[in-house]
Parts: sequence; structure tokens; C-alpha cells
Amino acid sequence: MKVLVAVKQVAALDEDFEIRADGKDVEADFLVRDLNEWDDFSLEEAVKMKEVAGTPVEVVAVCVGPEEADEALRKCLAKGADRAIRVWDESLAGADSIAIARVIAAVARREEPQLLLAGAQAADHAFASTGVAVAALLDWPHAAVITHLAYTPGSGSAVLRRELEGGVLHEMQIECPAVLTIQLGINTPRYASLRSIKQAAAKPIEVLTPADLQMPAGEVGEAGSASRVRRMYVPEKGRAQMIEGSVEEQAARVAQLIRERAGGAA
Amino acid sequence: MSGVLVIAEQRRGELRPATLEMVTAAQSVRRPGERVAVALLADEPQRFVPAVSVPGVDEIVTVQLATRDFDPDALETALGALIEARRPALVLVPHSIDSFGYAAALAVKGNYGFATDVFRIAFEGDALLATRGGYGQKVSIEVDFPGKEVVLLALRANVFKPPEGRATPAVSAFAAPAAPARLTGREYIEVSAGDDIDMSAAEFILSIGRGVGEQANVEQFRELAETIGAALGCSRPIADAGWLPKSRQIGQSGKTASACKLYVAMGISGAIQHLAGMKHVATIVAVNADASASIFSVATYGVVADIFEFAAALRAQFRG
Repeated sequence: MKVLVAVKQVAALDEDFEIRADGKDVEADFLVRDLNEWDDFSLEEAVKMKEVAGTPVEVVAVCVGPEEADEALRKCLAKGADRAIRVWDESLAGADSIAIARVIAAVARREEPQLLLAGAQAADHAFASTGVAVAALLDWPHAAVITHLAYTPGSGSAVLRRELEGGVLHEMQIECPAVLTIQLGINTPRYASLRSIKQAAAKPIEVLTPADLQMPAGEVGEAGSASRVRRMYVPEKGRAQMIEGSVEEQAARVAQLIRERAGGAA
Repeated sequence: MSGVLVIAEQRRGELRPATLEMVTAAQSVRRPGERVAVALLADEPQRFVPAVSVPGVDEIVTVQLATRDFDPDALETALGALIEARRPALVLVPHSIDSFGYAAALAVKGNYGFATDVFRIAFEGDALLATRGGYGQKVSIEVDFPGKEVVLLALRANVFKPPEGRATPAVSAFAAPAAPARLTGREYIEVSAGDDIDMSAAEFILSIGRGVGEQANVEQFRELAETIGAALGCSRPIADAGWLPKSRQIGQSGKTASACKLYVAMGISGAIQHLAGMKHVATIVAVNADASASIFSVATYGVVADIFEFAAALRAQFRG
């Protein structure tokens, strides 16, 4: 039994940053990279499954990205993934979430997992679409934004809860193999121990290209995307009226606002 | 390829408010002579006809599904067939938990242009342009859809104002092909049960986020909330950690601060999901040590300060 966990190395912006000369992204020097927070939860869910299963479960992490994405995969290996696969070549630059999904689907066809977990969304661009797009490409059942999962490895179905708007959960049963996108809070992701981080550094990461996966050129990168970036810009934003001064002065002004607007308090 | 098709969203027999917001978006973007149709997909779609009979809707299409429950396979099959039959230039769905579960699959199967969490749409000549946020909403990204005859966009909620008044659009029915039942609903569970407070009814909320650092620090904010007469709310990480009950969480997957008039956010950076639950509040005071936090772009007043020092100073203001 195998679980494939699709992860992303997300990028956050430095406090000061510059838009690239072509106007389509931020200069790479200003990006701070890390494993997507949601993916930490989906990896944990897979590793937990492995730990309690009566039968062997293999957890495979897959990431689409350049060499620096190895860092995200090492984190997965340190936290309990058995293997890691990274897919990249320059033809994948400019891929949107749909084109990324095509690559992950190609890996899933090769790996043949019984369950594919992905983050409900990524912290940087929040498309919330990659996992479900993978499911469509594989023609697998799928469910998104999962906060509870009960699955016995090898079983033909799983019970899950979708987290709806407004504090309501929807319990559903899904046929497997399936793609599930995982919401924050489904578990408590572990910290990797120093020892496991060291061990992960020595583990191999399998590196593949779209060609290795027999992907037709028309499905790779921009050609396989459902949208194209025209420009990226810093929006003019509403800006709060800042309350300056010492912390006592700031508190006095806020206390005044509270008395004016919230009435009755002390 | 012309016209706009709006996909209504219903849950447990109730029309979701985002549906009418999409009608306004459709009206704002449609080109002269193009029609706006609303598709109602449900076990009893006719029930929703009055609710979507509003100005700006030229036509209503009812599509009967086997179940009232959310079923992505049924939606993808029915919508794929409907879009194939009508070939609209633009299809709108809400950017919602339900659409997270089917929109990307629909777009992939139909080879449509696709973007999510879109807050602006426009035609530039024949090219449709959609704008969404990136890098935690710190930048805006304008995308287009070269070579795509049909474009599916998931629209952000609370951006477009629903139309007012009544209208009498033509109603027709579309017969959807059957879909496999691979995901079936069992029950709905309210997570807020067991708490004594209804955050959606609170008029004054003090809300805490990741900035509180650790569980032991929550107590001082609880005391502060009590001192100033506020209900204590929180952002997602605090509820997920179990430091406050889930019923206190404000945001997309928690409660909406519907009745709130004054919202004081302390140590909350302002993730889009949190903003969805509070950005409409008339007076928002944000306190954060990070001057570049997103919360300052929706707050009325901003305080850059250490939240613990500020909390102590604020408490002193209400003593004696």
C-alpha cells in the first residue's frame, strides 16, 4: 500500500522586494522559501497512517520544482516519508497549478498509490486547485478541505469530513483510490529530530524530467497551463490610520476608541 | 462562444449568497448583446428560481441532480455537459469550499481557461483578463487565457454587491447525464456546539492570533477582553492548537463577525481566510509588531507595537 503526498515549496516575500524586469513575478532574490504549511499536515496524515497500519505502508513525497525544492523534500524525509521524487526541467517554468497537476498525475500513474494527499491550498498563491485537478486527470474520486480522515490502508473506501464555511463539517464516504486535499488542523505535525534530519540529508531524492514521465510536450509548462501571467504589480491598498507615540499613548487612544464605539465597557 | 454562465451554489436547500454577487460580476463584464444565464443544480432546482429572479439575469437553467448533498462527480458531469451544449465564453463559480472540490476538475476535463480567487474581471478586446492576489495577497496578478474558448473563474466572495429588485427571466430545464456516485454524504456536524458564546452576535470582539506565541499567554488576553467588555475571538492557528474553542474562530471556516461594530485584532497577520470573517466591520483596530502585516490594509486604525506591552498598557487604561 502506498500513499503519494504532493508537496510544494512555497515562497514568501521579503519585507522589501522588487518586481522582475519582465513584470511577471518577483525577483527570485526576494523570495524566502519553505515547505507549504498545508503540506506539512498532509505529510503528517500519511506518516500517521503508516505508523498505525497493520500492513506495510510506503509514503512517497513528490514535488515539482527546481533543485532548491530539495529542501522541502528533505523536510518530508526527515518527518517520515520513505522516498522523495522531484520533477523538473526548464520547460516547467511558467507552469500554472493545472500544468503542475499534469506532472503530479504523471508521477501518480507511475507510482500507482492507493491514496494521494495534497494541501488544500498553498500559502503563496492559494490556487486551491492542484490536488483536485490531479484527481480529474487520473479520473479518481476526490474531496477537498479535509479536517478528519479515517482510512484503513488497503480498504476500498475512506470516511472523511470536509470543513465547510461557518463552522460546519460534512462527513462523507469516498471510494479509493482517491485524491484528498488536506486542511490545516487535521493533526499536529511533528517536528523532525536532529537525528532524522541528518538521516534525511543522506537519503537520495529521485530527480525526473517530464520526458522521463513520457509527458507530451503539449501538456508541459505554459502549454499545459489554463492561464498565463500577464503582469504582477503591487496593488494600491487601503492603509490603516496609524496610531503613533509611546505604547501608553497608543493604548490611551485605543481606549478612547473603545469607549466611543463599544459604549458601556468600564 | 458568447455569454456568461453563472453557477448558483446551494447547500442543504439554501442558496449561498455568493450566487447573486456573481450575477453582478457577470453584468459588469458581459459584452454588448451577451446574455447572462444562471444554472441551478440541485435535487429540486425549481425551488431556487424565485431567489435568482433578479435584474441582470436573462435566463435561468434548471438542472436536476440525484442528491441535495454536494457531489463533485454529479456537478462535474452535469456542468461539463451544460457548458458543452451552450459554449459560454465565461463561466463563474464562487471561490468556496464546494468549488475547491470540483472547479479545477471541471476546468481540466473541459480544457477551459481557469483561475481561482479572482476579484476583478475585464475584457480587453477579445481577451478576458482576471486579477487575483499572490504571495499572501502582497501582490496582484493579472492573468489571461490564450487559446481558451471557455474560461472558468472562481470569484472571491464579498467583492461584488448583489443586485436589488425582482425580474422575470425565462426558465428552461437541462437534462444532465448520470454520474457515478463515488463520494456520498453521511451527515453534517456543527463544530461550535458546547460553547456559551455566539461570536456572530458579538458587537465588540477582541481577537488574538499567532502573535500570542504560546498557550500560557492566552489567559492575559482573556482577562483583557473581560476588562474592556469584549468577546474573545481568535484566528485559525489558536483554535487549531486548542488554546481556544473552535467556536471562537473568526474567518471563512469559523464564524463571521456579523454583528460586530468594533474589532480589535492583536497579533493577527491577516490571512485572507481570517479577513473574510471580519473585514466588513465598521471599526477595526489592528495591533501587530510587524508593520508590513496584511491586517493593516483592512484595518481602520493600526498600532505597531509589541502586543504584550500594548495589552498591559490598555488594561491599565481601564483600571480604577
